[in-house]
Amino acid sequence: MDNKDAKNAEEEKISKEMAQVEIMIGQILRIGVIISAVIMLIGFIAYGIQGSTGLPSHGAVTITAIATGLLSFKSGSVMMLGLFCLILTPVLRVVVSIYAFYVEKDSLYVWITSAVLVILLFALFIGHS
Amino acid sequence: MTQVIIMLAVGLIAGIAGAILGLGGGIIITPVLTLAMGINIKYAIGASIIAVIATSSGATIAYLRDNVLNLRVAMFLEIFTTIGAILGAILNGILSPVVLYLIFGLLLIYSGYNMIRKLRAGSEILQRVHPDPIAEKLELNSSYYDKAADKTVDYQVEHVPAGAAVMFGAGIASGLLGIGSGAFKVMALDTFMKMPLKPSTSTSNLMMGVTAAASATVYFFNGSIQPLIAVPLALGILVGATMGSRIMQILPSRWIRIIFVPIIFYIGLQMFLKGFGVNI
Repeated sequence: MDNKDAKNAEEEKISKEMAQVEIMIGQILRIGVIISAVIMLIGFIAYGIQGSTGLPSHGAVTITAIATGLLSFKSGSVMMLGLFCLILTPVLRVVVSIYAFYVEKDSLYVWITSAVLVILLFALFIGHS
Repeated sequence: MTQVIIMLAVGLIAGIAGAILGLGGGIIITPVLTLAMGINIKYAIGASIIAVIATSSGATIAYLRDNVLNLRVAMFLEIFTTIGAILGAILNGILSPVVLYLIFGLLLIYSGYNMIRKLRAGSEILQRVHPDPIAEKLELNSSYYDKAADKTVDYQVEHVPAGAAVMFGAGIASGLLGIGSGAFKVMALDTFMKMPLKPSTSTSNLMMGVTAAASATVYFFNGSIQPLIAVPLALGILVGATMGSRIMQILPSRWIRIIFVPIIFYIGLQMFLKGFGVNI
């Protein structure tokens, strides 16, 4: 009987911990999305003031061009940074999911989700080169 | 200035609709950008990719704890869509898109027909006498709290290999053609794997963001993404998707299905005809 109670208490502890972890993850994701939205908004307001993006109107975009633009606070570069942060939010989602499965002691899904992350990073890398 | 306001408004509507239906919003955004505003298709596709991610992430942050989506199903199937998406991007120019348009067009039309059958049948069968062994092994069976019905719904997942195959094909199609990011996923989850509609649309929402991120850097660095188009659109969508995600939870599943049927028929027909070179 005591054994069973101890087991129930243990399960309850894990589910409470899971709930806390889920809320924390929700907050991390929310902050990530809000940060990218704020950067986009700042860039957009800056465009209204500057009147131009400071980026070439067509052709490939390089990291160097964006970085140079950021140093002189060119609105186009700030907007591109915001968009890049937005592109990274699903990656953040995958990363925090690995942690959630780890807390849940679900090793099968820690592996599956890690595999997704590896494929995703590979794809992000291919896209750049 | 007018263009900016239109972008924000289009984004808001696309975000609400996308989050409710689990679609990427390309069906609303691409025609508005290309037909109504005369924007080059290249930039419209770039904006669409950003729109998909914004819809997905906006829907994600509506709730701190999402009790509807099925994270295990999402992550397991994401392996197939992301590999498919990479393969699609590599095969671009090698594989003829005609066959893909025909196959996926027909699949979507079948899916629409299947949804009408489900509407006619009334209540959905969510529990089977013999649970699917693969779904059990992968712990995919789950439950969700339905706000409209005010009850917790337990459900089982079936035909995992078929769902995975459709997801792989959907990945190839979205990498190769840049289309159907959400429609194919809802189809795989709802029609093939027999998940209830609400977990299907919200799981599709999560997945399409991850799949789109896999191909987004290509578009980001090749100049397809124009900040003046993508930024106001994304801001509108983020707000819209957050609202849509909340609306979806209180809408009865039946209504969502009724809205879904004509849209899926339209996308399916559009794709099928595109296989024969007809654009509608």
